[in-house]
Amino acid sequence: MNYTLRVWRQDGPAAEGRLVDYEVDGITPDMSFLEALDLLNERLVLDGEEPVAFDHDCREGICGMCGLMIDGVAHGPQRATTTCQLHMRSFDPAHPVVVEPWRAHPFPVVRDLVVDRSALDRIVEAGGYISAPTGSAPEAHAVPVPKPDADEAFESAACIGCGACVAACPNGSASLFTAAKVTHLGLLPQGQPERTSRARDMAQAQDDLGFGGCTQTGECTAVCPKGIPLETISRMNRDVLGGLLRSR
Amino acid sequence: MALKSVPARPPESRTTVGRLWSSTVGKKAVMAVSGAVLLLYVVAHMVGNLKAFAGQESIDGYSAFLREFGQPILPHGGLLWIVRTALLVAVAAHMTAAIQLARRARRARPAGYERRPKVQGSYAARTMRWGGVIIALFVVYHLLDLTAGVLNPHGVQGEVHSNIVADFQRWYVVLAYTVAVVALGFHLRHGIYSGLRSLGVASAARAKAVKATALGVSVAITAGFLSVPFAVLFGIVR
Amino acid sequence: MSHYREGAPITDTRAPDGPLETRWERRRFDARLVNPANRRKLKVIVVGTGLAGGSAAATLGELGYQVTSFCYQDSPRRAHSIAAQGGINAAKNYRGDGDSVHRLFHDTVKGGDFRSRESNVHRLAEVSTQIIDQCVAQGVPFAREYGGLLDTRSFGGAQVSRTFYARGQTGQQLLLGAYQALARQIHAGTVRSHPRTEMLDLIVDGGRARGVVVRDLVTGEISSHLADAVVLATGGYGNVFHLSTNAKGCNTTAIWRAHKRGAYLANPCFTQIHPTCIPVSGDHQSKLTLMSESLRNDGRVWVPQQAGDPRAPGDIPEDERDYYLERLYPGFGNLVPRDIASRAAKAVCDAGRGVGPGGLGVYLDFADAITRLGRAAVEAKYGNLFEMYQRITDEDPYAVPMRIYPAVHYTMGGLWVDYDLRSTIPGLFVIGEANFSDHGANRLGASALMQGLADGYFVLPAVIGDYLADGPFGEVSAESVDEAEDSVRAVVAALLAVDGDRTAESFHRELGKLMWDLCGMERGDEGLRTALARIPELRSEFWRRVKVTGSGDRLNQELEKAGRVADFLELAELMCVDALHRTESCGGHFRVESQTAEGDARRDDDAFSYVAAWEHTPAGPVLHREDLVFETVKPTVRSYR
Repeated sequence: MNYTLRVWRQDGPAAEGRLVDYEVDGITPDMSFLEALDLLNERLVLDGEEPVAFDHDCREGICGMCGLMIDGVAHGPQRATTTCQLHMRSFDPAHPVVVEPWRAHPFPVVRDLVVDRSALDRIVEAGGYISAPTGSAPEAHAVPVPKPDADEAFESAACIGCGACVAACPNGSASLFTAAKVTHLGLLPQGQPERTSRARDMAQAQDDLGFGGCTQTGECTAVCPKGIPLETISRMNRDVLGGLLRSR
Repeated sequence: MALKSVPARPPESRTTVGRLWSSTVGKKAVMAVSGAVLLLYVVAHMVGNLKAFAGQESIDGYSAFLREFGQPILPHGGLLWIVRTALLVAVAAHMTAAIQLARRARRARPAGYERRPKVQGSYAARTMRWGGVIIALFVVYHLLDLTAGVLNPHGVQGEVHSNIVADFQRWYVVLAYTVAVVALGFHLRHGIYSGLRSLGVASAARAKAVKATALGVSVAITAGFLSVPFAVLFGIVR
Repeated sequence: MSHYREGAPITDTRAPDGPLETRWERRRFDARLVNPANRRKLKVIVVGTGLAGGSAAATLGELGYQVTSFCYQDSPRRAHSIAAQGGINAAKNYRGDGDSVHRLFHDTVKGGDFRSRESNVHRLAEVSTQIIDQCVAQGVPFAREYGGLLDTRSFGGAQVSRTFYARGQTGQQLLLGAYQALARQIHAGTVRSHPRTEMLDLIVDGGRARGVVVRDLVTGEISSHLADAVVLATGGYGNVFHLSTNAKGCNTTAIWRAHKRGAYLANPCFTQIHPTCIPVSGDHQSKLTLMSESLRNDGRVWVPQQAGDPRAPGDIPEDERDYYLERLYPGFGNLVPRDIASRAAKAVCDAGRGVGPGGLGVYLDFADAITRLGRAAVEAKYGNLFEMYQRITDEDPYAVPMRIYPAVHYTMGGLWVDYDLRSTIPGLFVIGEANFSDHGANRLGASALMQGLADGYFVLPAVIGDYLADGPFGEVSAESVDEAEDSVRAVVAALLAVDGDRTAESFHRELGKLMWDLCGMERGDEGLRTALARIPELRSEFWRRVKVTGSGDRLNQELEKAGRVADFLELAELMCVDALHRTESCGGHFRVESQTAEGDARRDDDAFSYVAAWEHTPAGPVLHREDLVFETVKPTVRSYR
C-alpha cells in the first residue's frame, strides 16, 4: 500500500521546521507505525538524504521512549497505545498522515521528531522517591499493604514517562505525570512520611521548569497509553496544598 | 547530553498565602475558593430573584430587607457593602489568578500543532477563559442596568419589580441575559468540577458524584436565572 | 584450521574457600573498607542505567563516592530492564513450601546446566531476600494478597512459589524503584547523570581502567571522563541476531570495546532463546515481542500432523493435530524448560509443519482452557497478554489459537568477572547481564532481575571498596586519553567516510539471519565453519559499502546504528568460535553432534566443565579456561522425558 507521510523536519533546536510530504509505498497493514518510518528512512539513506530522526527503543510499549503526534493526537488514533504499538492498519491510505514532535516549552525539539524530555527527570529528582538507602530496609512483610491500595498504587506506577500528557495538554502541563508518581508513592504506607513534602517539591519543580497549570480538561488522560486516571491530579493537589500550608 | 538543572527560584515566601500564590497548584486553589465565594453569592442571588414570582411586594420588600439588615449595628445598606467588598476581593483574586495562569499556559505551549482535530475534553472545559470574559462584561452591564439603573428604562432604586418588568419586555435584553446566563452555566459546570479537583476532594470514588453535582448545580442555577426574564417576556410576571 | 589459540588457565577467581554458606559473609568481612572522608575523593563511572547500573550508581552515590552515570537513552528510566515481564525470584519461603537459600542456589546451578560457579550462585541466592526488602521499602508495588502480604507465584516450571511480581510489569516497577533511588542521588549531587551519551571506548592507563570515552548523541561531541573505577552495566548482546526481544538500542559496543582493551569475554555462545514470542510477520519486522511464559500454564502447543496443511486451525480435527510437547515429554508437557520448548518448535517447523507466514510458528491453543475454566477466568489470568497479542497480530486469541515462535531473549555470556565482579582489567567492574557470572549455560525465568539488582545494590557496593582502598590512583596520562579519544574519532570518521550503497540496517539484518540460522537454536560444525567464513566477508563488505548520511557533530541515528553494527560484526565471529570449540551441548547451547538418541542435549562434563574466557589479540582469540568445581551440587543429567 502507498501512504503519504507528512513529517515534521527540523535540523536542530534553533532551526526552522516544516512539514515535508513523503510518498512511501510497500507499507503493509501489519507493519507498526515505526516500521513504516524505518522503511521511509532506509529509502532516504539510499537516496543520500538524511533520515527522519525519531526516538524509540523497546518497541513493546513500555520504555516510554517513542512518542509522536500523529494526526494531532499524541500516540495516534488508537487509545491506550504507544506509537510503537500502533499498526498501519489503523490508517486510511487515502489521507496523508501528519507526524509532528511533542510540543511544549519544556520539551525543546532536538531534531525532527526528537524532543528533549529531561524536564520530566528533573521533576522526579525533586522528590519523586521514597528515601530508603540501600541496606536499611526492614523485612518486606513487616508492613502489610491492603491489596486495594497496592493495586491502585500500581495503576499510577504504570506511567511510562513518555510525555504524551504534556504534548496533549493545551496548557503544556505535566500534572498527570507528576500526579501519577505522587499517587503511586502516596498510597503506600512506606511513602507516608514524605507524602506532602514530596508533592510540594515535585509541583514546585514543575512550575520552575515552565510547565503550565492544570485546568482539568482531561486531554492528558485521553491520550495516556497507560490510562492513568485524571483523579490522580486531584490527589496530588490535595497533597501539594497540604505541603504548602506548612512551612518547610 | 549536557546537564540541565532546575532554574534558580526566588526564596520561598514565609506566609501561607504567599506560598500558595507562588505555586500553580496554590493559585488554582485560590481560584477554587474565590470561585466558591462567588458561587455562594450566585445561588443566593438566584433564590432572591425567584421572589419575582411572588409579586411586587415580595421582591421589593426583600430588596428593602437587604438594605435594612443589621440596623442599627450596621448602617443602611451595610450588609450589601460587606457582601460587595467580599465579592470584589473574590473577583479580583479569581481574575488575576486566571490571567496569570493563562499566561503561564501560553508560555508553556508557544507553538501549536499543524494539525489538531477536535480536542477530547469537554466543551465547558475549553470555554472557561472566554466564558469568564463574557461573564465579566455582562456583570458590568448588569450593574449599570439593574443596580445603578442607568441603562434601565424604568431605573428607580428600590422598585425592583418595575425595573425588571420594564427590562425584560424587550426581547434583545432577554437574549443578552440568556447568552450570559448560559455562559455562566457552562462556566459553573466546569468550574465546580475543576474547583473540587483543585482542592483535592475529587477522589476516584467520588469522581462520578463530583461530575453529577457540577452538572446539577449549574443547570439549576441557569434555569433559575432564566425563569424570571422569560416569565416577564411571556407575560407570566407583569 | 584452528580459529583460536590456547592460553594459560585462570586459577584465581578471588572466591573465598571454606564452607559455601559463609563465603559471602567472610568475603564482606575481609574486604577492606574506605572511610567516608576518602570516599568523597574517589570517582566511579557507571555505564548503563538498567537494574544493575541504576541500583549500583544510586548505592555508590549513597555511600559517598563521586559517581558519574551514562546511558544512551534520553532518561535513565528507559533501560531495557523495564521490559521484563514475569517476576523476580527470592528465597523468602513466604509460602512455607520448602524453599530456602539452598534450594534456590541448587535450582540455579542445575538450571544453568552446571556451567556456573557455585560460590557466585550461592551468594546470589543469599542476597535475593534482601532485594525484596529493599524494593518494598522503595515503594515497588508488588502484587499482594487480600491480607496485605506479598503474593508469589511459581514460574518457569519451578516447584516452589518464589517469584514476586507486579502484574506483567515487574521489570518496569523494579527499574523505576532503582531509577527513583538514582534520581534521589542526582538531586543530592552525589551522582551526575549523562543521558543520551554512549560509551565508545575504555581508557586504560598504567594497567588500570581509568575512564571512558563517550559521544554526546545530541551534539556529537566526543569527550573523556576519568575515574578511579569503571563499572559496566550495559546489558546483553542479543541484538547480534538483529531480531530479538531486546530494545532496538541494546548493543555490545561497551563490552566489546572493553574486550578489545583487554577484558576477557566469557562463554559468548551461551544465548537464551525464549519459546513464546510473537512470530515474524514479514521482512520489515524490526523486533520481536515476548509473550509471558506463564501462557504455557494453560495453553496447549500443537502443529498439524500433515506438513503444509492449508486448513485453518479450527478446521483441523483433533486426531490430525500433533501436541508434540505433550507427546515427547509426557511428564512436563507444555511446561518443559525454555531451551527444550524452543528447540522442539524449531524441529517441527523444520519438518515443514509450522504454521503462519513462512511456516515459522506453532499454535498455542487456549480452547481447552476456555472450555475448562470459562472465558472469564482465562481473561482474568491472561487478559492483558491476549490484548497485546491481538493488537499486534489483529487476531482474536479467544477464537483462533495464538501463533508463537522462539526468539533470542537473553545472553548468559558476557565479560568475565571474578567473585568480586572484577574483569581482567583492574578497576573495570562488570555487573548485570553484561557479565557472564551466575546463569551458566541457561538462565531460569525470573532470575535476570534478581541478578541485576543483587549485583547493583548489594554485591558491587560491598566489594568495590576493597579495590578503591588503594586509590585515588593519581593523574591519568594524557597519552592514554588521547590515544583512546583518537581511536574513537577514527572509527566515527571511517564510518562517515565509506559513503557506500547499503544501509547499516541491511548489514545488521543479514548478520542476524546468518547468526540465527547457523549459531542460533542449534549449532553444527559445518554451519559454524560456514559462519566463520562468511562473517569476515560481511564485515569487509560493511566497511566498503555502508552508507552513513549526515555528519558526526550532531544527532545522527544512522551513525549510532552503524557503530553498533560494526561491533556486532566482530562479536559474532567470537560467538561462533566459542560455539565451535564447545562441542558438547549444554543449556542454551545445542550442538547437533552432541545429542542423545531421543534428540536431547548431551553434556560433556569431562571435557567442558569450564568457563571459556576469551582474550582479544591481534592474532585472534586466545582461550583461557577456568575450571568449574562442584562441591555441593553434583552434576546430573537434565532430563525432562
